Amino acid sequence: MPLRTEAHVDAAPVTEAPSPQTQASAPEVLAVDALDAYFGAARVVRDVSFTVQRGQVTAIIGPSGCGKSTLLRCLNRMHETVPGARVEGEVRFQGKDIYGPSVSAIGVRRHIGMVFQRPTPFPTMSIRDNVSAGLKILPRNERPSRRETDDLVERALRRTALWDEVHDRLGTNATALSGGQQQRLCVARALATSPTVLLLDEPTASLDPISTQRIEELVYELRAEVTIIIVTHNMQQAARISDRTAFMLSGELVEYAPTNVLFTTPRDPRTDAYVTGRFG
Amino acid sequence: MAGLADGADGRDMTTQSLTAQRRAAWRSYRDQLAKSTARTLSRRRFVSQMMIGLTFLAALIAVLPLTLIVFHLLRQGLSSVNLDFFTHMPKPTGDVGGGMANAIVGTGMLVLIASVLGLPVGIFAGLYLAEQRGARLATVVRFLSDVLNGLPSIVLGIFAWGLLVRPFRHFSALAGGMALAAMMIPLVTRTTEEMIRLVPVSMREAALALGYTKWRTSLSIVLRTAMPGIVTGALLAVARIAGETAPLIFTAFGNSFWSVSPTQPIAALPMQIYFYATAPYDDWHAQAWAGALVLLGLVLVISVAARFATRSRAGLGSD
Repeated sequence: MPLRTEAHVDAAPVTEAPSPQTQASAPEVLAVDALDAYFGAARVVRDVSFTVQRGQVTAIIGPSGCGKSTLLRCLNRMHETVPGARVEGEVRFQGKDIYGPSVSAIGVRRHIGMVFQRPTPFPTMSIRDNVSAGLKILPRNERPSRRETDDLVERALRRTALWDEVHDRLGTNATALSGGQQQRLCVARALATSPTVLLLDEPTASLDPISTQRIEELVYELRAEVTIIIVTHNMQQAARISDRTAFMLSGELVEYAPTNVLFTTPRDPRTDAYVTGRFG
Repeated sequence: MAGLADGADGRDMTTQSLTAQRRAAWRSYRDQLAKSTARTLSRRRFVSQMMIGLTFLAALIAVLPLTLIVFHLLRQGLSSVNLDFFTHMPKPTGDVGGGMANAIVGTGMLVLIASVLGLPVGIFAGLYLAEQRGARLATVVRFLSDVLNGLPSIVLGIFAWGLLVRPFRHFSALAGGMALAAMMIPLVTRTTEEMIRLVPVSMREAALALGYTKWRTSLSIVLRTAMPGIVTGALLAVARIAGETAPLIFTAFGNSFWSVSPTQPIAALPMQIYFYATAPYDDWHAQAWAGALVLLGLVLVISVAARFATRSRAGLGSD
């Protein structure tokens, strides 16, 4: 597997760093500008600004309760689904503010997919119907035919390396799959509609090491087609799979830098303390 | 305790005797502890056994009425339950034999009308309560439906009579079905709400994140996931209203002839049982026992069906 090793974490001389030039020239797909997120009166994300380049994997790390999941949920307007939650500031997706007056949250979520901490297959649906769940609800003129749906389902399952495991039982209930398979099914479901950005909210937190590794390999392979932002508790994971890492603390974005820089020569002493394991 | 010894000679002696003293003290402490522990332990065991016995007794008493009812009904009613009972009309007074075909079909009609009217309202009201749990209106509706749930059925019957029978000067199956629906709605509403609440928030979020609209998430993901539980609740509500008598006396009224018309008075098993049981004829009493047995059988079958519906609750059980 072409998976990068833990070399980034402990080895000081970084050999395969993504060159800064290509990063600078990559078009930005998401730009977060002075974002604040609230639960009622509590301000859980404070004045966060950063940009995400197309085709890159961005990791968001930080201790529990630092607002990293909330920040992620602001990026596809899932934050506002919680009663009492609200957002201020701008999130520009391909140049357009997703919180703009004429923008529908539904449309935003169709282009910015999301996978959650725990696998969430729809228990009433078969494996096939789970993967095609996002296709069935597309507007009539965009909705694929039955044949096209079959192709898209197969493609999504192949991209998540599930096809060989489930191709002979697409009609069976999705809850019969193992936890790791269910999570890959959720990634396949999110990929089936070909989103531009995929948000992963601690996707391996409830999985065993083998399943975790498969998800990480998946992220590595998908980076060419889809821009990925992953929230993780696991610093080694961030170091292994991401191009850039954002470190959050108490709702603030402390540092945002290329992953190897953030883990080896962080500028902020708080980042240094966190990545070297002095707290968190 | 002994003080510190001064001098090298005394120290050994003192240390030895100290150790011996301590050992003795420790032994007696240990023995005492063992004794008292044994005492507390045996007392605890006794109390534990007693409480288990008491709860078992209470559980036994709880199922006793049903067991007695079933045995009694079987003894009294079984001899009168035959094919005629299901297929024949009641015979005129004095004639022996006949059956309750009209009442059985009448109960079926009434339950059908009540279900058609009550189930959609109850399920959608439950969906509303579950999805808008914080809203003030939801709190009010929830409270009122709990009150309606506890309302004596005779009160409901009189109310239905005033609203649905008196203005039309006519008893009807429709009025009876509506009275039963009014009983059914709060039951179904609350069980639906509980079942929908059992659907994890993560399921809802997964659908929203895929670009599902709110109403679509509610209907095709949340409601569908909760469906087996809702079916169970609906079946239990049906079983409950199938045996109701009081709301029907004022509305469906009963009918000794064959009728399936919703606008005419209609017979129902519980009412027929009541009329026959209070009549002075032995033959009618036997018929009433048979009717009670059939009604019980019906309710049992529905309850067992509800159990099976619960068992097939896909996926929700494991989390």
